[in-house]
Amino acid sequence: MSESGGHVLSFPHMGNYHVPMVTLASMLDTEILVAPRMTRRTLELGTRYSPEFVCIPFKYNLGNFIESLESGANLLVQAGGGCRFGFYAEVQEAILRDSGYEFEMLRLFGSFELRDYHRQLRRINPKLTFRRALWHYRLASRQTNALDVVEDYSRKNCGFEVEDGAFERAFEAFLGKLGRTQSFAEVDTLERETLEELAAIPTERPDDALKVGVVGELYVVMEPFSNFFVEKELAKRGVEVHRHMSVSEMIAHSGRNGPKHLRKLIEMSGPYLHYHIGAHGTESVGLARQFMQDGFDGVLHLKPFGCMPEVNAMTALQRMSRENLFPILFFSYDAQSSETGVRTRLEAFCDMLRMRRRRDPGLAEAMEVCA
Amino acid sequence: MGYLGVDVGSISTKAVVIDDAGQVVARSYLWTEGDPLAAVKRVLAEVELQAEAAEESVAAVGVTGSARELVGAALGAQVVKNEITAHAMGTLARHPDVQTILEIGGQDSKIILVRNGVPVDYAMNTLCAAGTGSFLSAQARRLNVPVEEFGAYALQSSKPTKIAGRCTVFAESDLVHKAQIGHPREDLIAGLCQAIVMNYLNNVGKGKEIRAPIVFQGGVSKNVGVVKAFADLTGEGIVVDEDGHLMGAIGAALLAREGEGRAAFDFATRDLEFDTRGYECGGCPNDCEVVTLCRAGEFLDGWGNRCERGLERAKKNVTTS
Repeated sequence: MSESGGHVLSFPHMGNYHVPMVTLASMLDTEILVAPRMTRRTLELGTRYSPEFVCIPFKYNLGNFIESLESGANLLVQAGGGCRFGFYAEVQEAILRDSGYEFEMLRLFGSFELRDYHRQLRRINPKLTFRRALWHYRLASRQTNALDVVEDYSRKNCGFEVEDGAFERAFEAFLGKLGRTQSFAEVDTLERETLEELAAIPTERPDDALKVGVVGELYVVMEPFSNFFVEKELAKRGVEVHRHMSVSEMIAHSGRNGPKHLRKLIEMSGPYLHYHIGAHGTESVGLARQFMQDGFDGVLHLKPFGCMPEVNAMTALQRMSRENLFPILFFSYDAQSSETGVRTRLEAFCDMLRMRRRRDPGLAEAMEVCA
Repeated sequence: MGYLGVDVGSISTKAVVIDDAGQVVARSYLWTEGDPLAAVKRVLAEVELQAEAAEESVAAVGVTGSARELVGAALGAQVVKNEITAHAMGTLARHPDVQTILEIGGQDSKIILVRNGVPVDYAMNTLCAAGTGSFLSAQARRLNVPVEEFGAYALQSSKPTKIAGRCTVFAESDLVHKAQIGHPREDLIAGLCQAIVMNYLNNVGKGKEIRAPIVFQGGVSKNVGVVKAFADLTGEGIVVDEDGHLMGAIGAALLAREGEGRAAFDFATRDLEFDTRGYECGGCPNDCEVVTLCRAGEFLDGWGNRCERGLERAKKNVTTS
């Protein structure tokens, strides 16, 4: 039994962010249960109880909730955003209650003002001071930032490791330690040491290594299980993978910084977008154009099937691709997508990018590249 | 020296043998019928005779198509390549000036844009088989017309019936409705051909600049009704290669020729007993569906595992059962 009346808190997975999330949630003095690792069962459960046409992150989230409830959770945390995500909490709560589960739902969204959050959180832990809430928030943000920096470095370099799995092992060790950090200074040290450790891993990078950027809807971009590990698959084919989207970026551009960031993104989109198209659609267009201008070989656009903001972005992206002959590969994820299909398309995409790299390849040379 | 290319698609299985100059000296095209390994044995029997007659022995094997991993492992192929690259290579070898490759197969469709002899962009259908060969064969069955005769019927029509091709299921309701109110069969069939082309252009071809010369290939390119619909809707001439349905196999053979691997291929491989076993790993709740391929009871390869443990367990499963 925990101090605040037997609450056992849980939340949906997204990438490795459960680590800072635990730090954040521990301000509530409840027991915290990290949802069981994502597996096919998570998706099966989520799909069984979800509306057929809902976007895929909803199904994964619901699957996480069910697995957490089965393991004893009774306080679920859900956020929300500027698309269907804004209705996730209400609909999921209704579905889970109809399915006979008993729990409390904590909805965290709205103004991005810490004072508002504090008020909401006091419902669970009445003794929570603003000062303490702020401390947890800051430490969790710092951990998130370290996580994003380390992941970013791995993405760009793990494709060239000499020994298979060297980056992954170092990363797993980092993740374990990150959860135990208790102060800014500890996170700083861990981040520095990890980056040194990663830099010491032997790599062999060809001079003409391909560079691919990843853009798209936030969940399928940041949850590798839901995108069939596309970043890892790309890296395996000797590609340097870049992606700007991360929770650190989202925090940096939230609240008061939002409008300014949006204006910048529309500017970055150049002739392809003149107004905001919802959620992260504008970001997809602006960042893809940035990748193109930075001389990247291609861009991967990931979205859940039926995601409106990203469908909006696709039209602009298709025009960008057509007018500049810039390769953009589109993936639309749903519960039935095939992993083999994703791999086939990625392999072909990398072949194509390699052939394009040769200035005047001629067929014989082009074939040599892929054979 | 000869090079064997095998393309194992969902609906049909193709094999060719090419010589050093890239000329096709043996070819075979048969239905896969849901058993890729058996289909490969049958196409190998056909090309073996033709290759013998042309006095070519096989020095390297390339495999493509959706069953490429399975068949590649069984044949000990030197090159195992995705069907998009294989199709592009095959087509470029025969049509060096091509700018757009349209491809419609049994369950997938793709578009490849080529500029200055290099593939620069491609797209492939996702999630749904509307607008592919399966869509046409399903409707052909309903109308009781052999799918091979579909094209000829379509050409007889001067007023194709409008049929919504967005979804195979909806198209079928539309087709039934139009048939019941008296539209003639040839108009319905021509309408279906247009529907598949509209679907293709609006999905796979969406946002792509389709420039001539255009080469159309894949099994559906054998359907003259669809070829005509493409020509009508794009306003361009459509080139259909007589070996258009074999282009993936030709590309795989060319890639095998280009690659470094060499090993004399023995056609007697087709007499070997292969068996595949599906099994759920059970090592964690992900329960990966692992498939293993065995030759005469000996473990060759396995797929579908997310982690190493899956394959380890699969191997153990094979040796103990």
